[in-house]
Formats: sequence, structure tokens, C-alpha cells
Amino acid sequence: MSATTVDQTDDQGGKTQASKTMRGQLRRANRARRLWAAALVAPLFLMVVVFFALPILGLLTGAVHSPEYVQTFPRSAEVVSQTDSFDEPFYEALYQDLLSAYETRSTGVAGRRLNQDLSGFSSMLRSATRAAVRGEAPPEGGYRDWFATQDPNWIAAEYQDAIRRTVPIYTDIFLLKAMDLERGPDGGISFVPEGRDLFIDVFIRTIWISFQVTLICAVLGYPLAWALTRASTFWRGIMLLGVLFPFWTSLLVRTAAWMILLQREGPLNTMLLGSGIIDSPLTMVFNRFGTIVALTHILLPFLVLPLYSVMRSIPNDYMRAAKGLGARPVRAFLGVFVPQTMPGLSAGAVLVFIMSVGYYITPALLGGPNDQMISYFIAFYVNDTINWGLAAALALDLIVITMILYFIYQKVTGTTRIGLGA
Amino acid sequence: MRRSILTVAAAALTVTAIGTEVSARDLTVVSWGGAYQEAQRKAYFEPYIEQYGPLRDEPYNGELARIKAMVETGDVTWDVVQFEAAEMVNACFEGMIQPLDWSRLGNTDNLSPLAKMGDCGIATIFYSTILAYNGDRITEDVPQDWADFWNTEKWPGKRGLRRTPTFTLEIALLADGVAPDEVYDVLSSEGGVDRAFAKLDEIKHDIQWWEAGAQPPQWLAAGDVIMTAAYNGRISSAVDEGQPFEIVWNGQVFTLDGWGIVSGTDNLDEAYDFLALTNVVENQARLATEIPYGQMNGKVVDMVSAEVAAKLPTNPVNRTNEVQFDASFWIDNIEEINERFNNWASR
Repeated sequence: MSATTVDQTDDQGGKTQASKTMRGQLRRANRARRLWAAALVAPLFLMVVVFFALPILGLLTGAVHSPEYVQTFPRSAEVVSQTDSFDEPFYEALYQDLLSAYETRSTGVAGRRLNQDLSGFSSMLRSATRAAVRGEAPPEGGYRDWFATQDPNWIAAEYQDAIRRTVPIYTDIFLLKAMDLERGPDGGISFVPEGRDLFIDVFIRTIWISFQVTLICAVLGYPLAWALTRASTFWRGIMLLGVLFPFWTSLLVRTAAWMILLQREGPLNTMLLGSGIIDSPLTMVFNRFGTIVALTHILLPFLVLPLYSVMRSIPNDYMRAAKGLGARPVRAFLGVFVPQTMPGLSAGAVLVFIMSVGYYITPALLGGPNDQMISYFIAFYVNDTINWGLAAALALDLIVITMILYFIYQKVTGTTRIGLGA
Repeated sequence: MRRSILTVAAAALTVTAIGTEVSARDLTVVSWGGAYQEAQRKAYFEPYIEQYGPLRDEPYNGELARIKAMVETGDVTWDVVQFEAAEMVNACFEGMIQPLDWSRLGNTDNLSPLAKMGDCGIATIFYSTILAYNGDRITEDVPQDWADFWNTEKWPGKRGLRRTPTFTLEIALLADGVAPDEVYDVLSSEGGVDRAFAKLDEIKHDIQWWEAGAQPPQWLAAGDVIMTAAYNGRISSAVDEGQPFEIVWNGQVFTLDGWGIVSGTDNLDEAYDFLALTNVVENQARLATEIPYGQMNGKVVDMVSAEVAAKLPTNPVNRTNEVQFDASFWIDNIEEINERFNNWASR
């Protein structure tokens, strides 16, 4: 649009001709610079997309994508999705499915998925497969009865409902379950009965532990960062080393060190007992205390470093000016110095909070069963029970909750420029 | 400049070298780590290396997910893996491990009938979850059975249990007075699982949960727990190293572990060579001597010393009130009970 305008004015004289050339040159130069900048960023951008964004997206689709049944038992899936009835055609198709799944040795893939929905499918599938492979072919029209003799559950409404829920390729069962919800037989959504609920508590616990860790880090880290800015070069070096040294040490080593320090007959208990402060050893590990102590220790540098870099950039003159204008040191500190450090504190606090929300190894090693955070359960469902759908749903929830909290935090503090170096 | 070209060339060569090394991968055997894997190293891994060639061994904690991912992506880096009974059946049924050709497993003549674990597995040990305590801390009036494990007044202190419903629910029912041969009848019946959890409630705050078999002996030694459920071999190994631990055989939960070959491995021949070597009776006797787990070959009992035989879970003397682990019960019910267990444990 603007290009045509320029063209029309071109013919009007040399002056515009010259300005046009210049503008064009400028534009070309700008474009070249932009291209150059894009080229510089491209490798990193591509790397983030290919190795980070796409895999995460792929993983998260696992929360709703569940093709196990259709892939393993395509014939019976077809019958269910077309007729929605569990009569002779379904059982005949299932019989053929069992035979071909036995050939490809994939029966268990659908079996695990069905068993996640309702207990008992694994052995029903195993025994039916064994019988089918042995060649006990049912007579024409007798497939339903054949399955019923293998196990009466095959024709039970409860188990047919479970198959009906498992057939569709897209499911909300994992998303619901990750929020302690389930779909009843009538299709309505309700909370799972008491005794089976878990995840809401775990999410609340995860956020609560992260909040406590962030608060303790802030209380410990603020004076430390302040002391760092005030110290002489020599002491600053020593103190920075003190902050950075654990930062450079392997996470596992630090976690294991806490385990040894805090255990029943560890150095800390021995010291306390020896000095007569306590009569019997304290339980400090495999509980909440151990989890929070170790998490605080591990995450403290992430609060101190951004805070320190912000504090260092605040000129001393402001404080001097405040005092010169008659403010007492405390008032000058609270009224002039602290507000200027808020970006650093915010950055550090958000970093600590978000990192601890996703922490896995430290609570897993130092906590008891009721100190486990959501990552533990994600790992549990990935590794131990191979319920990747539920793991993906929990991961999705974790991302969403973290983003919501971050959003609320921004609204509350009014900070918009939160970043590592802010 | 020339130097930098040389560096690049050297780097390229290294990369190629690494590449070829990876494509001819050594046989990789995966087991449970710790004292047990040390024993396997002497009984099986070292003889294999001597006779056939390189073998790498790795520990794991039963995470089927890694094997599933390997098989699905076709990037198989583990060849022979040890499984618990229930996982073995599931892994086979899902095609993660492959059916075994028994003609390639060496001498299988004297193996226990239990050695054939479905289509894909060959059992390698009998082992037990037993009650263990530290003989230096409990000296007189020692615990006799799982009911005593629950007696926190007489023996105050933490109790170690495995952080899974498997073994734990069986133990809870034994402690509640269920007869060993009725444990799974009760668990399968209406309210049976409730009963086990109600029993666990009684000592809930005294339980310290372990996940790896190496943890219970460490905790007993450090005094973190006063008594613990543990694998018999791990406790015996610690005793051999001088720890004053005692085993209560009464009410042992008896089960077996076996080997499976990961589907799609490039090292199939090597894997069979390895499995055949684990069936050599002398090697089995060596393993039992290193760590007292029961062996599949019936002749092993006659080959080991009386001292070792006394420590085997298969020794008739040790089999009072034993519970035979029922893998098929757990295969069907693990998801539902896991849900319940996680809910219960995290409150």
C-alpha cells in the first residue's frame, strides 16, 4: 500500500526521487539487519521448538489421545463405534482381534489401558487369548456364550461400559482423573469417592510447600544479598563462593548430604543429644522438615543472585540523600532501598517458587509419603504403572496451575518486568 | 590454521569411532543393584566375560517405562532384564520382552517347574520378604512374627516397609491373624483390602517406607528403624559383612524373579548365551553362596555348604507359615489398589 503511494509521488520531482532512494536503502539495510538477527536467533529458536516445545506438546496430547484399544482390537472397536451394542457381532470381532493381537504380541497394550479403567481385564484377556489360541473356536453364533464361559464378566454391563469408554481415540478420562473427577454411567461428572481422591490434595500440598520454601528463601536471602553488597571485596568473594559453591555441587550429592546430616544417628542429632538440648533423637528426615530444609538450601542461590545483582546497581547516593533529608536509617532503608530491590526480589521469588513446584528428587529422597509433590506422582505414573495418559494430564495441570499463579502474582505485585536479569 | 583443521579431523574421527562403538553394543544385563548384583557379577557376569566377551551390567528399580520406550522407539540398549513375577507377565503380554526358545537355554533338566514364568521368562531366584531386626538393639525378648512388628509399645521405633501395596498388604493381613494360605482369598473378598489398610493404619505413623532393596539394611545399621521388612538376601549379605542382623523366617512372603530378553535386541545370540550360562549348576551354586537366594536347579542345595543352605528361603526349616506371592492377583488389581495405597499413604 505504502509502496504504491511512493511510486505515484515519484514522478513529481528529483527531491522525492532522492528521498525514495534513501528510504529504500534504509529499508534494505533494516531488512538485512533484521534477517541477520533472525539468522542469529534461528538455531536457538529451532532448537527450542524441536527439542523442547514439540516434545512437550506431543507428551501433553497423551493426556487426551488414547488409541490403545483401536490399535490393538480394530475390528471390535469398529463394531462398538458403529452399533454401540455388545451382541454377537462384537464378540465375534473381539475373538478375531484376540487372535491377531496374539500374533503381534500387543494384547497387553490394550489390556493395560482397560485394566486402568476397571480391574480384572488383564486376566480376562489372558485367559480368553489362551483359550482362543488353543483353537477352541466357538460355533457360529456362539461367540458371546464362548466369552461368557471364559469369564462371566465379559458380558457384564460394568465391563461393557468400560470397553465403551476405552474405544474412542480421544478421551477426557485422564484430565478428569487428574482433578479427582470421574464420569458416571450416565455421563455426568462428579468427584471420585473419598478414599480414592488424591490429586487435589497433592496440588495444594505442592503449592503450599513451594510457598513456604519461597518465603524462607526470601527471609534468609534478603539479608544475605544485602550483606553481599556491603562487604569488602575480600569478604564478598568469600561469601559469593559460599553461595555459589553449593550451586555448583551436584543436586544428588547435596540431597544425600542432607539425608546423612539429618538422620536419626546423624551429626546433628548426635550434637543436640550430646549438648543435652534434647533427650531423644529428633525425626528430621523422611518428613516435611527435611524436605523444606533441603529445598530451601538448594534453591537459595536462585533468590540471592538476582537480588544481589539488583541491589548492587542501586547507587548509595539515594540512601545518603534520604538520610540527608532527615530520614532515620530504618526509614531510609524501608522507604528508599527496599522498593528499589523489589524487581530483584520478585524475580528471585518467582524463580524459586516455580522451580520448587516442579521439584522431584529432593522430596522423593527426603520426604515421607505425605510430603510428595506432584512431580513424584508424574514420575510414578510414567515409570511404575506406565499410565502415561494420567502422567500427561497431571503435567498439563501443573503447567496450567503454574501459569495461573504466575498471572495472579503479576497482578498482585504489579511487576511486569520479571525476568532473570530484571 | 592447520592445527584447527587437525582438531576438526580428530573430532570427526572420534565421532565416527564412537558411532561404530555404539552400533556394536555390548550385551547389557540389567538387575536390581547393590549386594545382589555384586553376587550376580561373580556368579554370572564374570564367567560370561571370560567365556564369551564383553558384558555391561546396569542397575534399575523396576521401571518398565524405560523398556517400553526402548521397544517403541526401536532403540534397544538393554538386552537381558530381571523382572518381578507380575511385571514379567505384563511385559510379555505387552510385547516388551520376547518369547523364549527353551532349546537355547542350556541345561534346563533339573530346573524347578516354577522356572518357566509364562512365555517370556525364566526364573532365576526364589527370594523372600522377611522381618529383620538389629540384634544389637533388640537383645532379649525378640520379635517372633508380623504381629510383633505391629507391637509398637513393646518395641518402640520406626518400622521399614516397601512403598508398594505388593508385599505390604500381605504382611498386614498376616499381622492381623489371617492364615498364610488364606491371604489372597481374604484380599480378593469383599472388604479384604479394607481390612489390610485398617491394620496398616495402626502403625501408619511408625512406618518408614523404602523403595530400593539396599535401603532396609542401611537403616537397620544406622538405627533409623527398629525392625523392617526386607529381602532375605540383602540382610544375609549385611550379616556376612559383620552386621548383627537377625531374620524372622516365620511368615516369609515367598516369590521369584526371572530374566527376560527385551524385544528387538541386536544381541539375541549373546542374550541366549548368557541365559544358558545362568543355568549352569555350578554358577547357580556360586550365586547362592554369594547371596542366599534359592536357585532353580534342584541340585544346588546339595552343592552348597550347610551354612549357606540354612540361610536359603527354600530351606524347609525356613518355610513355616510362608505366603506364596500371587502374581495374578496383583496383575489384575494393582491399578485399583495402587490408587487406594497412594491415597492412604499420602494422608
